[in-house]
Amino acid sequence: MTHEHPHGDHDTVRGWRRWLYATNHKDIGTLYLCFAGLMFFTGGIMALGIRLELFQPGLQYWQPEFYNQLVTLHGVIMVFGAIMPAFTGLANWMLPLMIGAPDMAFARMNNWSFWLLPPAALLLVISLFVPGGAAAAGWTFYPPLSLQDGMGMDFAIFAIHLLGISSIMGSINIVVTVLNMRAPGMTLLKMPLFAWTSLITAYLLIAVAPVLAGAVTMLLTDRHFDTHFFKAAGGGDPVLFQHIFWFFGHPEVYIMALPAFGIVSQIIPTFTRKPLFGYVSMVYATCAIGIMSFTVWAHHMFSVGMPATAQLFFMFMTMLIAVPTGVKVFNWIATMWEGSMSFETPMLFAIGFVCLFTVGGFSGLVLSIAPIDTQMHDTYYVVAHFHYVLVAGALFSLFGAVYYWLPKWTGYMYSEKLGKLHFWWSMIAFNITFFPMHFLGLAGMPRRIPDYALQFTDFNALATVGSMLFGLAQLLFVYNIVHCVRGGVGKASACPWDGANTLEWQVASPAPHHTWHEPPSEAIVRRGLVAQALENRHE
Amino acid sequence: MKHTGPGWMIALLASMPAHAAEWTFQPPVTAIARDVGALHAWIMWIILAIFVLVFGVMFYAILRHRRSLGHEARHFHENTTVEILWTLIPLLILIGMAWPVAKVVLAQKDTRNPGLTIKVTGQQWLWQYDYLDHRVGFKSRLATPRTQINNYDGLPIQRSPRYLLEVDEPLVVPVDTKVRILTTSNDVIHSWGVPAFAVKQDAIPGYIRDTWFTATQTGTFRGQCVELCGRDHAFMPVVVKVVSKDEFSRWITQKQAEQQKVASDPNRVWTRAELMQHGEKVYKDNCASCHQENGKGLGPFPALTGSKIATGPITGHLAIVLKGKNAMPAWPSLSNEDIAAVVTYERNALGNKVGDELQPKAVAAARQ
Ligand code: HEC
Ligand SMILES: [Cu+2]
Repeated sequence: MTHEHPHGDHDTVRGWRRWLYATNHKDIGTLYLCFAGLMFFTGGIMALGIRLELFQPGLQYWQPEFYNQLVTLHGVIMVFGAIMPAFTGLANWMLPLMIGAPDMAFARMNNWSFWLLPPAALLLVISLFVPGGAAAAGWTFYPPLSLQDGMGMDFAIFAIHLLGISSIMGSINIVVTVLNMRAPGMTLLKMPLFAWTSLITAYLLIAVAPVLAGAVTMLLTDRHFDTHFFKAAGGGDPVLFQHIFWFFGHPEVYIMALPAFGIVSQIIPTFTRKPLFGYVSMVYATCAIGIMSFTVWAHHMFSVGMPATAQLFFMFMTMLIAVPTGVKVFNWIATMWEGSMSFETPMLFAIGFVCLFTVGGFSGLVLSIAPIDTQMHDTYYVVAHFHYVLVAGALFSLFGAVYYWLPKWTGYMYSEKLGKLHFWWSMIAFNITFFPMHFLGLAGMPRRIPDYALQFTDFNALATVGSMLFGLAQLLFVYNIVHCVRGGVGKASACPWDGANTLEWQVASPAPHHTWHEPPSEAIVRRGLVAQALENRHE
Repeated sequence: MKHTGPGWMIALLASMPAHAAEWTFQPPVTAIARDVGALHAWIMWIILAIFVLVFGVMFYAILRHRRSLGHEARHFHENTTVEILWTLIPLLILIGMAWPVAKVVLAQKDTRNPGLTIKVTGQQWLWQYDYLDHRVGFKSRLATPRTQINNYDGLPIQRSPRYLLEVDEPLVVPVDTKVRILTTSNDVIHSWGVPAFAVKQDAIPGYIRDTWFTATQTGTFRGQCVELCGRDHAFMPVVVKVVSKDEFSRWITQKQAEQQKVASDPNRVWTRAELMQHGEKVYKDNCASCHQENGKGLGPFPALTGSKIATGPITGHLAIVLKGKNAMPAWPSLSNEDIAAVVTYERNALGNKVGDELQPKAVAAARQ
C-alpha cells in the first residue's frame, strides 16, 4: 500500500470499503454515475415495456393496471434516479477539478447523500411486487387517484423522501464548494459555466425539494392518518396538490436542463477552439431562467380551469422564459461561428443537443399558448415535447459529458468510431421514436393509455420500432465505456482535446485520487479563463 | 413496388390530406377551434422562420468553419449590441404573438349566456350527463366490447372502425347553440374533451368547472378522457352528437317521457323483469367498477356471487347499499327505483338465485 502524500489515508481502503466509506469526490462521483447508469437502464426497460404494449391496438402484453405502474415508475426512475443523480455525479467529479478545489466541502455528507439513493431505488423496484403493485398514478401523483393506490404508493412516497434528502444534501455541498473553495484568483465571473449552472441548479433544488417532500407527506397522511388535505369528500382540495406539485415540478424541469446547458457550454468552445461567446450574458440568462422558473408552474394546469387573468399571467410568463433560453442558443451558435470546428463524439452530442433542444423549445412555445394547450394538454404532443428536452436535452448532454471527460476519468481514449456510431444511431432512433408523437398529439391521442383508437396505429408502430433501436444503441454506449476503462484505444494525455483550457485538463489523466491539494497557481487559473485564453492564443 | 426518392416524397405529401385524422387537428366545428387552428398555423410559420434562420447560420458554420477545411478560429467572444438585439427581437416577436392569443383566451373563458347547460360528471370509468334545464340524465359508457380489446392470446381480431371511440349513449346537443358544460367528478380527476370543439376541461371532485362550445355543424364528434384516472382511463370516450334544433327538441322530449315513466309513480309495483333489466344497468353504472361485471369481486372488493349479505336477509342487503360500510360507499343518491332494481339484480343474477325481490316502495320505507 502506497501513501502518496500525508493525507492519503483514504487511499489505503480497498475493495467494497473503498466505496461504502467513500469520501473522495471522485469515488463518489463514480458511484453516482454508475448508479444513474443502472437506473437509466431500469427505467429504459420500463419504457420499452410501454412501447411494446403500444405497438398495436388492443391489449397484448400487460393489464392496464400494470401498464399504469410502468408509466409511473418509468417517469419517477428516469427523473429522480437517472438524470438528477447523473448531474450530481458529474458535479462531484468535475467541480473540484474545474475550480481548483481539493474535494467537495462536506466529504462525509457527500457519502451519505449518495448512499441514500440505492435504498430509494430498491423501494421503487420492490414496490412492483407488493400487493396492489407499484404506484400507478403517474409520476405527478395527482390525488385522489394516488389516494386509491395500494401500498406501492407508500413505497414511492418514502423513496421520494429519501431522494429529496439526498438531493438537498448534494446541493448544499455544491453551493458551499463553489462559493468557498475556488482557487485564488477565480472570481465568480471567472468560473467555468458548468460551475455556474451547477450552482444555480443547486439553489433551485434546495428551494423546491422540500416543497415536493411536503406535498407527498400530505398525501401520506391523507392516505393513512385521516387528514383531508386533498380529499374533496372531507373538504380538501385536489387542485391544491397540483399547485404544490408544479411549484416544485417546473423548477425541476430546469434542474434537469441547466446542468445540460453548462456541459454544452464547456464542450462547444473546446471543439470550436474559440472562447465561449457571451459568457456574462450566459450567466445572466442562467440566473434569469432560474428565477423565472418559479413563476410559470400553472402552465401545466391550463385545463384545470383558472380565471382568465391567471391563465394569461402564466401564459405570458411561460412565453417570456423562452427569451433567456433563446439567448443561450444564440450564444452557442455565435461560439461556433468562425471557429475551427472538429466533430469528435462530445461535440456531436453537443450539436445534437442544440438542435433537438431547440425543437423541444419550439414545441414548448406552442404549448405555452393557452388556447392551443387546450388541444395539446395531456396528449402525446406533451410526451414528444418533454422527451425532446429531457432525452435529447439532458440525456444527450450527459452522453456528451461522459465522452468528453472519459479520458480524464480512465486515463484512456474511448473508441471514436463507436462513439460516433452511438451518436448517429441514437440521433436517428430518437427522432423515429419521438417525432411521430407530435402528430399523435395533434390528432388527439391522450397520454398514459395502454390502448388507442385505430387512426393512431401507424405512428405508434413507428415509435415502438424507434424506441427498440434507441434502446439497442445504448448497449453500444456501455460497451464503449467498458472498452475504454479497459484500455480503450490507447493512453490519454493530460489534455487530449487541444481546444480545452479549463483546470481539469491541467491534472494528469487519469486524474490522481487527490488533486489540487495545492491550489493551482494564479497563472494556471488565468490560463483557464475565457478572456485570457484568447490572449494566450495570440502570443 | 419501388419508389424513387422524390416520387416517394410526392406520394407521401399527396396522401397527407387523406390521412389528416392520423397526424393533425380534427376538422374544427366551433369558432374557437378554428381560431386555435389558425393560431397554431401562424405560430408554426413564425417558428419555421426562426428555425430556418438559426439553423441556417449554425449549419453554415458547421459546414464552412471547420478545422478539416483549414479554417482558423477567430477569437471574438463578446458583443453587447448583438446580445441586446437577440434579447429584444424575440421579446418583440413574443409580444406580437401575445395579443391575438389573449383574445382567444378571453373568448374561451366567456361562458355567459348559454342556450343549454349540461353537467358532466366523471366517474371511473364512464360519463354521467345531466341536462340541468330539462331534468334529463344518463350515463355514457364505452360500447366497444372487451373481446375486441383483450388480445392477450395474440389471435387476430376484427375491430370496429370506431374502436374505443364509441359509447352506448352519446351526449346529444343542438347545432348553433351555446352549450355550457359544467364538469365535476364522483371519484378521481377526469378530463372531458372534444378536439373538434377545442374544448378540454378537467372534471375534479369537489369542484364545478365550466367551459363552453357552439357547434356550427351537425355530426358526431369524438374525444376521450384525457386525465389519467386509473385502470380503464383509456376506455372512457366522449361522444357528442350534434343534431338540428328540431331533432334535439324531439329527442329531449322523448327522453323526458322515458325517464318520467321510471320515476312517475312511487307506489307502482315493478315486475321482476323490469327490476332485473333496470338493475343490470344500475349495477354496471355504479357497482361493477369495484365488484366487477361478473360479480366475482377483485382484491379488496368482495364478490357478490354467493356473498352472505347478497344472499342473506334482504333488509341487510338494502342496509349496506343505503348506508355503506368501510370502503363500500353509501348510495343515498340513487333513486328508490335504482336501489330496488340493483338489489333485486344482485340477488338473482351474478350467479345468485335467491328468488326474492325488492320494490321501490320498500326502499322508500327503509329511508325513513
Ligand atoms: C368503491 C368500490 C365499491 C363500489 C362502487 C360498490 N361497492 Fe359494494 N362493497 C365494497 C366494499 C369494499 C365492500 C366490503 C365492505 C366491508 O365489508 O367492509 C362492499 C360490500 C358490498 C356488499 C356486501 C358484500 C359482502 O358479502 O360483504 C354488497 C351487497 C354491496 N357491496 C353492494 C354494492 C352495490 C349494490 C353497489 C352499487 C350500487 C356497490 N356495492 C358498489 C366496495 C364497493
Ligand atoms: Cu377518466
